[in-house]
Order: sequence, then structure tokens, then C-alpha cells
Amino acid sequence: MTFDAVRPEPTDEPVLEVSDLGVRVGDRELVREVSFSIARGERVGLIGESGSGKSLTALGIMGLLPEGLTATGSARVARVGHDLVGASERRLAKVRGRDLAMVFQEPMTALNPTMRVGEQVAEAMLIHHTRPDRASARRAAVALLDQVRMPEPAQVARAYPHQLSGGQRQRVVLAVALANDPAVLVCDEPTTALDVTVQALVLDLIVRGVQARDAALLLITHDLAVVATACERVLVMYGGRLVEAGPVRRVFTRPRHRYTQGLLAASDLLAVDDRGRLATIPGSVPPSGDFPTGCVFRNRCAHATLECETVPEWTGDSVADGFACHHPAAPDEGWREGGQK
Amino acid sequence: MSDPVLRIRDLVKEYRRPRTSLARPGPVVHALRGVSLEVTRGERFGLVGESGCGKSTLLRILAGVERPTSGTVEVDGLQVAGRSERRLRPLRERLQLVLQDPMSSLDPRMRVKGIVAEPLVAQGLAADVGRVADLLREVGLSAEAAERYPHQFSGGQRQRISIARALAPRPEILLADEPVSALDVSVRAQVLNLLTDLVEQRGLTLVFVSHDLSVVRHLCERVAVMSDGRVVETGPTADVYDNPQHPYTQRLVAAVPSLEKALAGATTADLAAAELRETERTTAQ
Amino acid sequence: MLGALPPPGEAHTGVGGARRAVGPSLVVGAALVALVVAAALVSFVWVPHDPTFVDATHRLEKPNGTYWFGTDKFGRDVFSQILVGARTTLFVGFVSVGVAAVVGVPLGLLGAVTPRWLGDTLMRVNDIVLAFPALLLAIMLTAAFGQSTLVAMIAIGVATIPSFGRLIRSGGLQVMGTEYVLAARVAGRRTAGISVRHVLPNVANLVIVQSSVSFAIAVLAEAALSFLGFGTPPPTPSWGRMLQESQELLFLAPRLAVFPGVAIAVAVLGFNLLGDGLRDYLDPKLEDRR
Repeated sequence: MTFDAVRPEPTDEPVLEVSDLGVRVGDRELVREVSFSIARGERVGLIGESGSGKSLTALGIMGLLPEGLTATGSARVARVGHDLVGASERRLAKVRGRDLAMVFQEPMTALNPTMRVGEQVAEAMLIHHTRPDRASARRAAVALLDQVRMPEPAQVARAYPHQLSGGQRQRVVLAVALANDPAVLVCDEPTTALDVTVQALVLDLIVRGVQARDAALLLITHDLAVVATACERVLVMYGGRLVEAGPVRRVFTRPRHRYTQGLLAASDLLAVDDRGRLATIPGSVPPSGDFPTGCVFRNRCAHATLECETVPEWTGDSVADGFACHHPAAPDEGWREGGQK
Repeated sequence: MSDPVLRIRDLVKEYRRPRTSLARPGPVVHALRGVSLEVTRGERFGLVGESGCGKSTLLRILAGVERPTSGTVEVDGLQVAGRSERRLRPLRERLQLVLQDPMSSLDPRMRVKGIVAEPLVAQGLAADVGRVADLLREVGLSAEAAERYPHQFSGGQRQRISIARALAPRPEILLADEPVSALDVSVRAQVLNLLTDLVEQRGLTLVFVSHDLSVVRHLCERVAVMSDGRVVETGPTADVYDNPQHPYTQRLVAAVPSLEKALAGATTADLAAAELRETERTTAQ
Repeated sequence: MLGALPPPGEAHTGVGGARRAVGPSLVVGAALVALVVAAALVSFVWVPHDPTFVDATHRLEKPNGTYWFGTDKFGRDVFSQILVGARTTLFVGFVSVGVAAVVGVPLGLLGAVTPRWLGDTLMRVNDIVLAFPALLLAIMLTAAFGQSTLVAMIAIGVATIPSFGRLIRSGGLQVMGTEYVLAARVAGRRTAGISVRHVLPNVANLVIVQSSVSFAIAVLAEAALSFLGFGTPPPTPSWGRMLQESQELLFLAPRLAVFPGVAIAVAVLGFNLLGDGLRDYLDPKLEDRR
């Protein structure tokens, strides 16, 4: 049995440190009290379903929230002297694409349809002046396309996005993101729109890409298996809050929070009862901002009591490993027996 | 041996893409290159493949909304391939469809009661309030949902409405095109359970199309794997997954991430290995 | 044990209400349109003075107690002309938009639901009409039937048909490509049923917005035609012709241009806002936000 890759030393400087991040629209809070940090070379997954706030968390860190939403709290990236939350657009523009890069879900809309892909990769470098001139940026762009395993990179560089397949486009987006050797790469559902076989290739490229640069990876997805394969640590969000965090191996075999337990049970398509039915979490996710006060999961939890009307404290050694639950599962309970049917 | 309720023979579908030059006509797309399948009554049959394999085209031809270039499709003894709309009435009574995208599969300007009753109205069957309420309850929604509009429901709830609509004319065969792909994990489990229950209670034949092997494995007894317009492998689901014969199926199974594989130590490199070998093989040619 | 929370259950009714969004556009637009309609209606029962009465002794008077907006170069009361002119404006707008929509919408619908080749052919016919200048049509019709408001409106209406046709065809094609239309076909609906039950309601908002824009254009077109002598013949009051007649005296009495100009602007703005407001009101997706 193999164990996780090398755990970051506690003395490792975090390259991304998020403290008490919140996102609100008007007086409704969509994301609350999210704190986590990622060290150099670490790969962390952020798991959540619709309405969990996982995408808003990423957008809040990068200052890309839609009109009307504001972020509170703090997010700091190594090499950047100021807090990202609340920073001016001018300052953020210097950070994005250089110290902090992002890959989104939909490759169709992430690329400019009227620009050759090689130019788009080169552009990323020229904006941040990481290459002295256009010619060297173009050469570097071809090299990057080669790194993401595009066949005939020099030819592909002259192609337009519509001439490439979805998987190839996503690879170009990845090349753009990695062009300036960012300290942190944030990927929001990068492979959800891709075929399974293409997904495997792109995920591998993402992991290789960050490993080669010793960059930190924040991989946001709803797919537990993807996080389990690609990441070392995982953060679980529900209802705008962080409910559990820890090493992938621990959280996916011995979850403590009842939601994580339920999620794992529901995702196990091989475990059926004698009538052939899957385990489910009763009820459904409330609309954004409409979550119960206190513990956000309490209206769907079989173990909830009056105590759960207060927000549960974080139990654990650090924000990197722990959970927030008044009635957690036992440390060795697992989820196969304890799941809610 | 149960009789086949669905019999597809040598189905071919080709069409031309629009012209991009004056001199030459557009290139031909071979969506289906001679597909033959049989589905027995009451069976839960899965159709697996990635984008471009032809599964959606196959589904559309089965549902009678597209004509094949050649080949036959027999549904419950009736020939349906290439029939005109007027003569497809018997098909519409027997076969209904649940689609993938909960956002766009329901008319945003129609109330739920209109949406669910549509097949009944279109086929001249009784479409009263009671029937609609019964259908909504069967899929786990309350009767009050009938007065609302689709946008007031979540993705999982909208799929339930889609299922209620498909069941309204009491079909024997249910085609489902990626019905849970766009749903969250916990919602997916609920909708899959609903499908399992309904198929069992009504003795339906289910043809379930998906790119997600794990879902098909859970739900279906037999599966056909499609690639590039052809069926490359068929068999009982467990066999096909545990012991894939065709190289494409092997690649597919190898590339699917799973918790078990990950906890046993698989990395992204492992998942990608089979694909990388394939890419190297094709570029070397 | 769960406190005052609704129990989680599989049964759901959906969230929110279907209360319609009555926005500021709808209110302001309706108010402005109401003003114009009121002016037209009032003019049927009462006007301060006969707008066609030529009175040489009261030429070019400034607004005063007797003539509230003053008089024009023929001594006719401007206020009365504005009131009666409202009828012309509304007439022009409704008839031309009516003609355009009654022909253009079914044309566009046909273009969307029929086989591709037929739809394309219809659109080419549409384009031919589009290419034909409205002005030329107005001139031809006036030469054949004499100058009248009706002739002008039919010319403008015919010239507007292609914009409706094109728009509805494009919107209709989009609707025909949706999954819910696919589901309707599988349910057994025929083309006619799909056109009426699915396509029409989903392109209705396009029709509304295009109508309000075309109304505005029609009013301005009538003004232009009157300017050139092809619109409403004298002595029937028409805001457009009032604008035309004010041209030569622009520096002497600019108010003669301001009154009809503002009246036209109010009508145009009102219908545009009303169109926007109606479109939002009819969209089930826009409910009252808490």
C-alpha cells in the first residue's frame, strides 16, 4: 500500500494563503469563513456540489467575481506584496497570468476565436514582460505547446481555436496558464467538458505542468475520483463553508463530517442495497444563500440535534486537517456502513 | 429467450458538411457505419462512447426524429426507419426520451403541467389535472409543481419533470441520453434510484446512453461500446468492464478515474498511460 | 429535533413565486404612451380651436392665453394641431407595424419550421423586399393612388416586413434547435403544433421589441415622407408635416419645430420603453427579487 506523496513540512512557506474569505451579494452570504493554505508544489482539491461556493471562492481570490458580488477576508500569494482581496483592478491585472493563473471549464470560450493559438500563448508572456520581444515569446510558445504534448507544435501554433478539438483547446489554455511559471495554478472543472480519455491526458498534463514548476495547484471539481487521483489534500465545501479538510487518503476512507460521509456513499456506484438502490443524502441542496443558520448541513443530516443550530467549531490540528461538525463520524467509522440511506 | 423489442440492422448515417469551397462539396461525415444491435424486452441496455462515436445519432434515429441513410430499425415489430411523421404514431406511443440538459430540455415559457401533459395532448389522450398530478408524485415532486415554470426548479428536479413527461403516454421503451451527466453526485444518486424504481415498476425497457462507464455499469445489464460510428464490443456490463476485449474498450476502462484506483496508488500518469501509447501509435503512422 | 426547519423531503414544489416584474420601463413607457393616446382620444371630442382654420390675423403668435402653444405661419393653433396630429401618429405606427407583423411574423415562422431549402428561398424573397427602398415604394404608390396617410403607411409597413421576417426566422431556428422541441417531436407533436405551442411563445419577446422599434421608425418615416410631400396631405394635421413646415421659419420661430419634435420624441420613447417593459413583464424568468 502506498502512502501520499511527501507531505509539506510545517515550515514550508505557503504560496497561497486564504484567511476567512467570504463572498456576499447584498446582505446574503454565499461563502463564509473559508481559510486554507497551499504550499509550494502541493496539489489540493476543492470538492463541492452546486451551491457549495467552490467556484465563487476561486473567483473571489482572483478578483473575478461578477457584478454585485463582493469578497471579504484575505488572500495572499507568495511574491505579491499586497492582499488580493479588495485590491484594485490594476494591481490584480499584474498578478493574474503571472503569479496566479487559472484554467476554466469551457475551452470554447476561453480562447479568442480570431487569434492564432500560438499568438495567444505568446501574448500571455508579452503582457507580463517575461520575454524580451515577440520573436522569443513565439519560440517559447511553441516550446510550451510541445510541453502540453501537442503534435507538431510549430504547426499547431499557427492554427485557430476552431480548428482544434476540445481537448487540444484545453491544452492551449493550460499552456497560456503555465507560460509565466505561476506560483499558483487554479483549475475550475478543467476536464468536466472533455471525454474520458482526453480527460486522462489533460489531468496528467496539469499535474506534470505544476510539478515541473514546483507550483501549487488548486483543483476545483465535483468529481471525487479526479481529486483522489490528482491531489494530495482535499477541502470539502458545502453551503458556502469549508466542512472538512485533510489528506486525500484520510478524507476519502475515514471522513468525519456527515456531509462528506453522505457524499462518498452517494458517489459509490458499486454499493447498492438489496433493491439495487444507491445511497443518497435526503433532501436537496438549498438555493445559494438560503442555507440553514448554524450548521449548514443540519436540515439534511440524520444526526442533527438542537446543538447544530450553532455553527460548529473547527476540530483539528490545523486548517489543513480537520472538520466542523457537532456529531461527526467516529475516526475509524468509514462511510460504507455509516452512510445515510 | 425474451423477444427483441428493439432490432437495429446495419444502420448507416452519412451526411455532408456545408461547403467551404466552391469547387468541392463539403466533406462527408460518417456518423454511423453499419450498426446492428438487439435489445430484449425489459432489459436495461447501456450504450457507451465518447463524443463523435455516433450514440446520439443512433438515439435520434431510434426516436424517429432523424432518418438513416440505410439500414432498418424495428421497434416492437414495427419498421420505423425513414418513416414519415404521420406513420410514426405507433412509435410515439411506445417510445419516449429523456434528455441530458435539464436547462434546455424543458420549454421555459410553458408551465410544468403543460410540459408533462404534452405527449398526451399530442397523441390525443386524456390529459387531465389528475393524471399530471399522479405523474409528478411518481417522480417525487408535489402536485403544486404543476403551476410553476421550469426555471423555478433545480437541475435534479427538472430531470424529474423530464422523466414525468416521458412516462405520461405509458411507453414501453425509455431512451435516456446522458440524463444524469449534468447533475451533482448526490442528485445523480437520487435520479438513478428513481429510474431504477420506475423501470422496475412499469416493466420498461431502458436504453441508457452515457459517456460515464460507472453509471452504465450500475444501471445496465448489457452494454454496447461505440467508437467512430461502430459498435466495437457488446456484452454483460460486468464482463465488459472487468475484462474488456477490444483495444478501445481497454483504453476507455483504463482512463476512467475512480476512488478505488486512486486509493490503490494510481496517479494521473497511470490513467493517461494507455492514451499516451495510443497517441504515439497514431502519430507514428 | 431539527428546530423550525422544513423537513427534507423528496417532494418539492419549486422555489419562489411567479410574480411578474413590473419595472420602471413598463411604467414610464405606459405613461408616455397613455399621454399620446389620451391626446388622440381627447381630440375627437374637443379641441380649443379648429386646427385647419386659417386665420391671417393671428399668424406666428407666441404661446398665450388663447393659443396655448401659439400659432403657425397660417394662423392655425399649434396645440390643436398637436392634439389631432396624435391620431395620425398612432394610426401610422399601428397600421404600419400591423402590416409588417401580420405578414412578417408568419413569413419568418414558415422560414424557421419548413425544410431548410424552403426557408432559405423565403429569406431570399425577404431580402429582395428589404433591398427595395421604402421611399421609392411610397412614391410609386402615391403616384398610383394619390397622396394620403394610408398610402404612406402601407409603404412603410411593406418596407418593414423584411425586418420582422428575418428576425423571427432567426429566433425561430434557434427554438427549433432546442432540446425541448426535440422532446415535443418525440412526444408526437407535429410541425404546426410545435410552431404554435413552442416557437411562437419563445419568439414573442422578439416580436414585441421589434414592434416598438418599428413603431418608432414608422413615425419618423412618416415625418420624413411628409417632409418630402408624400405623407399626410394638408390640411390634416401631422406632426411630421408640422416639422417640415417649421423648417423655413426655424430661426424666426423655433418653437414651431420644438412642439412637434418633442411630441414625436415622447411617442417614440414611450413605445420603446413600453416594448422593453412588456418584454420583461412577459418573461417568466424575471420574478420580483426579494
